[in-house]
Amino acid sequence: KVYSTRTEEWLHSLQGHTNQVTGIALNPANHLQVYSCSADGTVKLWDFIDGILIKTFIIGYPLFAIYVSEKHEGVLFLHVSMATDSKNECFQLVAVHLPKSAEQEVEAKEMSVVSSHISSNPSCTAFGRGGEYIAFARRLQLNVYFFRKQKTCSFSLKATDKKGAQNAFTCITCHPTDDCIATGHEDGKIRLWRNFIHKKEYTYSTQHWHHNAVNTLCFTPEGTHLLSGGIESVLVQWQYGAGNRKEFLPRLGGSILHISASSDGQLFCTSHSDNKITVIESSFKVCGVLQGLVKGDAVLTDLMIDPRSKALVLNGKPGHLQFYSLLRDKHLYNLDIVQQEYIYEAGLDQFEVAKAAFDIKGSWLATVEERGQKSSDLEFFLKLWAFDERTQSFVLNTTITAAHTDRIISMCFSSSEETTMLVTIAEDGQFKAWCQGADADTQQNQNFWSCDFVGSYHNLKPTNCSFSADSSLLAVSFQEVITIWSPETWEMLTTLCQPPGIIRDLCFGRLSCSKYLLGTTTRNLLCCWNLLTCALEWSSSVEVSKLQPDPLSENVAAFSYQSKHTDLFVFKPSEPRPLFTNKNVCSEKVHRAVFVPREELLNNCDESSQWLNRSQLYFLTQNMDLLTFSTATEEDRMLSSSKQLVIDDSVAVTPFYLLLGKHRQQQQKLNTQSHPAADKPQQPQGSVTIKELLHTPAHVLPAASVLCSMFVNSLLISNTGVQQDCLREEMDSEKEEEDSEEEMEACDSQQELRVQGSVDEVMLKLSKAQERELKRVRKTDFSWMADLIDSKP
Amino acid sequence: MGEFKVHRVRFFDYMPSGIRALAFNGDTERMAVARMDGSVEIFHCSDRFFQEKIIPGREQCGIEGLSWVGERLFSAGLNGGITEYDLTNQKVKYTIDAYGGPIWTITGNQQGTHLAVGCEDGTVKLFEVNEDKIQFERNLDRQKSRIVSLSWHTSGSKIAAGMMDMIQIFNVETGHSIHRMLADRGVGTSRSKECVVWSVVYLSDGTIVSGDSVGMVKLWDDQTGTLIKSHNVTKCDVLALSVSQNEDSLVAGTSEGTVVQFQFVSMVLGKDDKEWVRTRTFKNHTHDIRAVAEITTAVVSGGMDAQLVVKPLLDKIEVRSAASALRKIHFPHRRLVFCARNSGLMLFQYPGHLELWRLGESEGKGIPGSSLFVKRNPEKLLHLKVKGEDHIRCSAVSPCGEWIVYSTASSLRLYRLHCDNNNVSITKISKLPKVLSSANQLCFSSDSSHLFSASTQSSVHIVSLSQSGCKFVGTLKPKSGSHQAIHLLAASEDGEWLASANSDHEVHIYNLQTRKAHCTVPVYSSAVTAMGIHPTTNCLFMMYADQQMCEYSIEQKQYTDWSRTVQRKGLHRLWMERDTPCLNVMFNPQNPSHVILHDTYMLCIIDQSLPLPDDKTQFYNQLTLKSLTEDQRKSHSHAFKVCKTFKDILCVELISDQSLVVVERPLEDVATQLPAPIKQKKFAT
Repeated sequence: KVYSTRTEEWLHSLQGHTNQVTGIALNPANHLQVYSCSADGTVKLWDFIDGILIKTFIIGYPLFAIYVSEKHEGVLFLHVSMATDSKNECFQLVAVHLPKSAEQEVEAKEMSVVSSHISSNPSCTAFGRGGEYIAFARRLQLNVYFFRKQKTCSFSLKATDKKGAQNAFTCITCHPTDDCIATGHEDGKIRLWRNFIHKKEYTYSTQHWHHNAVNTLCFTPEGTHLLSGGIESVLVQWQYGAGNRKEFLPRLGGSILHISASSDGQLFCTSHSDNKITVIESSFKVCGVLQGLVKGDAVLTDLMIDPRSKALVLNGKPGHLQFYSLLRDKHLYNLDIVQQEYIYEAGLDQFEVAKAAFDIKGSWLATVEERGQKSSDLEFFLKLWAFDERTQSFVLNTTITAAHTDRIISMCFSSSEETTMLVTIAEDGQFKAWCQGADADTQQNQNFWSCDFVGSYHNLKPTNCSFSADSSLLAVSFQEVITIWSPETWEMLTTLCQPPGIIRDLCFGRLSCSKYLLGTTTRNLLCCWNLLTCALEWSSSVEVSKLQPDPLSENVAAFSYQSKHTDLFVFKPSEPRPLFTNKNVCSEKVHRAVFVPREELLNNCDESSQWLNRSQLYFLTQNMDLLTFSTATEEDRMLSSSKQLVIDDSVAVTPFYLLLGKHRQQQQKLNTQSHPAADKPQQPQGSVTIKELLHTPAHVLPAASVLCSMFVNSLLISNTGVQQDCLREEMDSEKEEEDSEEEMEACDSQQELRVQGSVDEVMLKLSKAQERELKRVRKTDFSWMADLIDSKP
Repeated sequence: MGEFKVHRVRFFDYMPSGIRALAFNGDTERMAVARMDGSVEIFHCSDRFFQEKIIPGREQCGIEGLSWVGERLFSAGLNGGITEYDLTNQKVKYTIDAYGGPIWTITGNQQGTHLAVGCEDGTVKLFEVNEDKIQFERNLDRQKSRIVSLSWHTSGSKIAAGMMDMIQIFNVETGHSIHRMLADRGVGTSRSKECVVWSVVYLSDGTIVSGDSVGMVKLWDDQTGTLIKSHNVTKCDVLALSVSQNEDSLVAGTSEGTVVQFQFVSMVLGKDDKEWVRTRTFKNHTHDIRAVAEITTAVVSGGMDAQLVVKPLLDKIEVRSAASALRKIHFPHRRLVFCARNSGLMLFQYPGHLELWRLGESEGKGIPGSSLFVKRNPEKLLHLKVKGEDHIRCSAVSPCGEWIVYSTASSLRLYRLHCDNNNVSITKISKLPKVLSSANQLCFSSDSSHLFSASTQSSVHIVSLSQSGCKFVGTLKPKSGSHQAIHLLAASEDGEWLASANSDHEVHIYNLQTRKAHCTVPVYSSAVTAMGIHPTTNCLFMMYADQQMCEYSIEQKQYTDWSRTVQRKGLHRLWMERDTPCLNVMFNPQNPSHVILHDTYMLCIIDQSLPLPDDKTQFYNQLTLKSLTEDQRKSHSHAFKVCKTFKDILCVELISDQSLVVVERPLEDVATQLPAPIKQKKFAT
């Protein structure tokens, strides 16, 4: 991806690798070109301003990092994994001589091994002054290879010393003009090595500020400053040669993973573990932030939709709720719930937002934050936030310190428009209803929330609660028993029971099915009660991990986790027959899901995709992958909107900005490795084959539109002339249908996103057939796009 | 190993004095250390930093600077005098007044012709060094503020002086100032305080390095008088600087207790443009570092916390060995505690007074390892203050506990102790023989009938003691050899032999019957740190500073077979790697094959009847032996039995009732008596 540093807008993306892009580097001979390497074993040379693929070099081994230097023109240095033993990770640094030939695809055969003891961490290798030597570190050993003398000097540190220092290397960088190597260590020390030409008389100085491992180091191009970053999310600028003099830029967000400086030293940018890139001026001011969907440790809250902004709301930064616009694929803002400074240290138990709920109009937000989930002393607060029309954000209204005596399990707002009521249930066996009411003592016309009713049932532990669609009924489940209450009079109307198994999930049907109450139990049972007769309407034996009703239709989606894969069923509560089934949606357990209302209704007459007409289903798996179902026509819109963007951004883009863009691009790519959230547009079309196609189309975040836009871009490149030619495009409007179909097929075919623990390999497998398809698509005319652009204001 | 009742003594409140100045003599490899109490100690750097000589100080004599001129040692202090030391006899040679008020610094030029002192009145005074004296030559231009630091250029024609807020370069020929370089004051509140240039170093390439109270190490050019570079080392003061002999490394000591190293390295490999770059930081002190010295292979630093730290520079060392380990010297390598073996009395030697204590008594017996109930507390019998300003050089108490003797640099006093029940009184023996004017080392014979006093020229005077008084008996003189002062004396149990060891590593043995020199033990390259004569076999057992041990048969005038076996087989690696010298040799009268040794960290019994350990055997094998059966034990045991129960041992003595007296001085107690160090923020507190 190429971004503009000034506008923070995404310019375009370069697409072509069939596997995870692992490294990227500017061509030293031509600063408008960029090399990228990928785990698919190819190196590609791009013109990144126009987004043209110039050359492809086939190496044949999975590549993990790329380094280039001015001195070694036509030579690339690559991290190659030796495939001898898959368990024993053995990485080699090889120099590849690029053959000079005019062909598009070249096989690079000339390889020479520089070293076979390389750390798997790509930041542990760096070129020294003008490419005279290369320094690489592995665990406790620093090696320096001098190209001229063909000699390696190695220095090793003790693993630990008396003071408990952990000396393993974590990153390395070299001074641009002096012979000085800066290394970062696991315990947060930074060492500056000098005189490393001698085996014995080498020397180093130590600086210590970081309290945890130094993730990245970077010298400014003049070499006057050294930048370092780590888990503290503080960017530290050390003055080179002046010992302790340093500047800090704190509170940047997640822990800093990478830092790079622009070649004129005016801008730095940092990439963070929470899927963010920050652009910083040399005067140490943040001037731009590129934020993807914030990746936290765990999403404790449900996926929710802010009724006002239609944004997806979930846990973001620690102690915050993030608002993320799915339509624009953009992070909107973070709402600070905890309102305490977050301390970046491992193992510290801090306040986390555990629960959150919106009322139906979006004017109230209730949150629960808690601390000490693991230990016995639990601390939690219930907070209620009012939406402020003036500032267009939520303002804290009421804080309830001891809402319950034990942890709050669940809460929900009543769904009626007139009165808002919050029901919380807790492990202490009680459920409480909270109402808005003026405090008699203060006599202000401000509204406060206070407890209205406390209810319990045989001292059983409640498990879930739910309001019916018209808020006339409240269902609270206590272990195996469901109790139905009337919120007006607070009397218990009836109890429903269907042993065995504790009730896990509970929801009322909507619209025409509002007389039905659905419940799932731990014993693989999905039950449906008719509330008019108070009898069981039907039940079916499915292990349901998540039940999610669509607020705009009768439909209910159920995720069932069985034998290591998740199936999706969509049904109406009135009949036990599923409306739509999709086997093997993903391999992990789905535990959060939400229906997102659409802005415009779709008029899809196809039966199997009708349930998606009003809203879109997003779900989150245990591995924090965000996936969605979408329809064909929707994709078209996405395509067009992304194209719009490209055109808008063809403002004066100087090489300088693009250079920076490149840096950011690198980080973005690396970032996505560690960010397993993924988002995949997919559409069920009217064909019977769609079920096969609907396997697990997933693809890398932040891209509900990435894939599409990639297509668009490739199309744009090959058909630049077409864009201008509006007339012709209009003429070709009939072709649109065909093209779109083709395109959709291409992107529907099986693409898998696999997130693997440590290596975080994101593999996008495109079958050969698909590639062929792609080429065909490229050849065809894409004028239909223009239509869409025109139609869209 | 044998069971002993142990008196664990912790009431000796010995306080080592802070280190004020260091001076290294590269030719003789000697390090001179000046302490706050005015004493000067000489350490031998290549002999495991053994403390060879101690010149005791005086009251009101603060030494501020030390300087070697050739092999002569000069000091200057706040009393305004310059002192030369007589290192052979370990005393002050002479003191002359510089007439410039308190002297802050003294330094000699490389040619060895002149000494320069910086005085309170703002003058730099040049003294010419003559054969036997120094002579005032002239003053350089007088400045307004005191001269705090001085450094000669190697050519001897220029001198740099650090003072308040500035550094001046003087031309020695004309006496005029060439350049005036202003040192910046600190920012903020410290702006009103003047900046003291605590230390300057004049390098041969014309660079002047200064360390000041703002915490900066600054590099100046003497041609233009301009600042080249400055390094902010600390928030507090940089108190001391020292440069290595080949001028490629520089160390700075700060008041935070850190030593910061700077190295002269080329910024681009293989090219000659070198720069001073801050490299390593060592933190081994808790308090101000008042003096640093970079010697060939190590950085030596000393300060207010009274320890001398030798930090080896690993890049300069060819082979790593015990001699090149980090070394912290807390206590003097001399005995400060003496026991009257037969009466249970102990004499503690402080710089300005002596204390006599009676050991406590405990009830009966207990199981090994348990502590006994103390029936009678130890009591302090006597507090003897020294007459005059001089500090005590040596002292002794007779085995019967009746005689106490001490000597300062100028006088020797002998006391007789009367102890009836609880009344303790002493009488001074007034008429002492004239030869007993001063002693380097004192020792009583085992039957308390004679006093041996080591005197000048390595001679020993014998004085017989009786109820009526004392009588000079004779003088023992070595047949030949050096005239260095004796630092160890050992008399045999049967009163027949006396051994003396001097600073030239010579050990002479005298026959007390004939009062003639009997023989000389072959001279070894290392200094003798402790020795004792075996009560039954009359063998002299010697411990050396390099941890070697020798047993010499006096009667046969040769090394014993056991000693030869030790030399042939070599000692265990772990034994050789210990870093403090053995300070006492004792013999267990109940088991003649046992030799008891101790150093600061351990107590060791050597059983000469058992086989010696080689490098493969487990050296500290007490625990393993405990787990083995009686039969297996025999095959596993070896001669060395080490007890590490006690720490920071000053003295171990075996007294007549088969109990051991262990005098400990825990370093924590020493640390609590030090002034509070500079407060520093510690991370996560």
